[in-house]
Amino acid sequence: MTPAQAKNWDEFMEGIWRQNPVFVMVLGMCPTLAVTVSAVNALSMGLATTFVLIASCFLVSVMRNVIPKEVRIATYIVIIATFVTVVDYVIQAVSLALYDALGAFIQLIVVNCIILGRAEAHASRAAPVPAMINATGMGAGFTIGLLALGVVREILGAGTLFGISLFGASFQPWVIMVLPPGGFFVLGAWLLVFAWWERRKPGADVAEVTQHA
Amino acid sequence: MNTQAMEIQATPTAAMIRTLGIVSTVCGLIIVGAFQGTYTAVQENKRLATERTVFKVIPAAKSIVEYQAGAGGIQPVAGEVPAGALKFYAAYDGSGRLAGIAAEGGAKGYADTVRILYGYTPDCRCVVGIGVISMRETPGIGDKIVTDKDFLANFVSLDVQLNAELSGLAHEVKAVKHGTKTKAWEVDAIAGATITSRAVGRAINDSAQALLPKLVPHIDKIRSKS
Repeated sequence: MTPAQAKNWDEFMEGIWRQNPVFVMVLGMCPTLAVTVSAVNALSMGLATTFVLIASCFLVSVMRNVIPKEVRIATYIVIIATFVTVVDYVIQAVSLALYDALGAFIQLIVVNCIILGRAEAHASRAAPVPAMINATGMGAGFTIGLLALGVVREILGAGTLFGISLFGASFQPWVIMVLPPGGFFVLGAWLLVFAWWERRKPGADVAEVTQHA
Repeated sequence: MNTQAMEIQATPTAAMIRTLGIVSTVCGLIIVGAFQGTYTAVQENKRLATERTVFKVIPAAKSIVEYQAGAGGIQPVAGEVPAGALKFYAAYDGSGRLAGIAAEGGAKGYADTVRILYGYTPDCRCVVGIGVISMRETPGIGDKIVTDKDFLANFVSLDVQLNAELSGLAHEVKAVKHGTKTKAWEVDAIAGATITSRAVGRAINDSAQALLPKLVPHIDKIRSKS
């Protein structure tokens, strides 16, 4: 890996791991809790947000030298709103059932703080390619976060995964998992796992070192 | 002029307006492009979704014609449905005979309005099936109205015949507590989902009370596909 590739990889992994929007920064909680009742919903929401993130970061980055700082927030919001509208139409064209399932949360991508945060904190200072790599990583991290919740909630709350029945007819679904409280339970459990993993890591390094020695 | 002095200098108004103008123009083009590009597919999706629900509530249906029932009788829908008129779908079987009527109804459920489509056949003067168009009822509880077999059995022949003056239903359609249904116009509610069941009953009642008096006297006009 050349240094440039390593830097790009690092930029990409930033959003997936070190600054994961769901598990580390705890941003964008509104869609995270609301639409993750099934894996399909979570995946579609993640992909829609990722598209908006990449497209708006690209445009912000391209225009970064001509956007006066006094009107930058207004400009970013117009750009983000544009791509959200595009996603809105595309989802309607792909599947009305999915559009109904995601409901108002598609339009609410406009105010997802991950996107405005990326535009302001990264894309407005970076060249288009690194900005898009960073945005892709963040989008992937967000999608992974949503999927992590959606998969657990769908398996426990409906006994299915991506609509495929897992346990047969005798399974009694754990309905609370697809209700709003289930979102909080599962999110809390995942945050616990991540925090534990972070704490555990130094110990693991030590163990690995001693093993090699 | 040194760099520091330049930074303090405010951006000229013209530059701000120019940037916002350019951004708005570019974004406007993108939005219009996306709208135009997806328009056909979106309309097609909407039509298919309606058709699928109509075919579900009237299984014999093979084709659908949209009609409106207003003060002036029944007319095919052309453009917008005028205020006061009610839209319904006439469903025809393979040989072009009227298989049934499908109409929309809605009533407030537990979380939000429950919008349903119900199928009506003039021969038995009854509702023969329902389908949900949209609802936000509690998963696992209220949304059983789509899956609960005992509940759906209510809508195999739910009596909605008109009264003698043809001004309304002879008997109000009403959801009753689970297990207490005795009449053909009553809806046996799902135990634990009474509010949603009542919403379905009320949606059918309100829509049928308004539509059927305008529709039934003229139904011979649409008996066969024109």
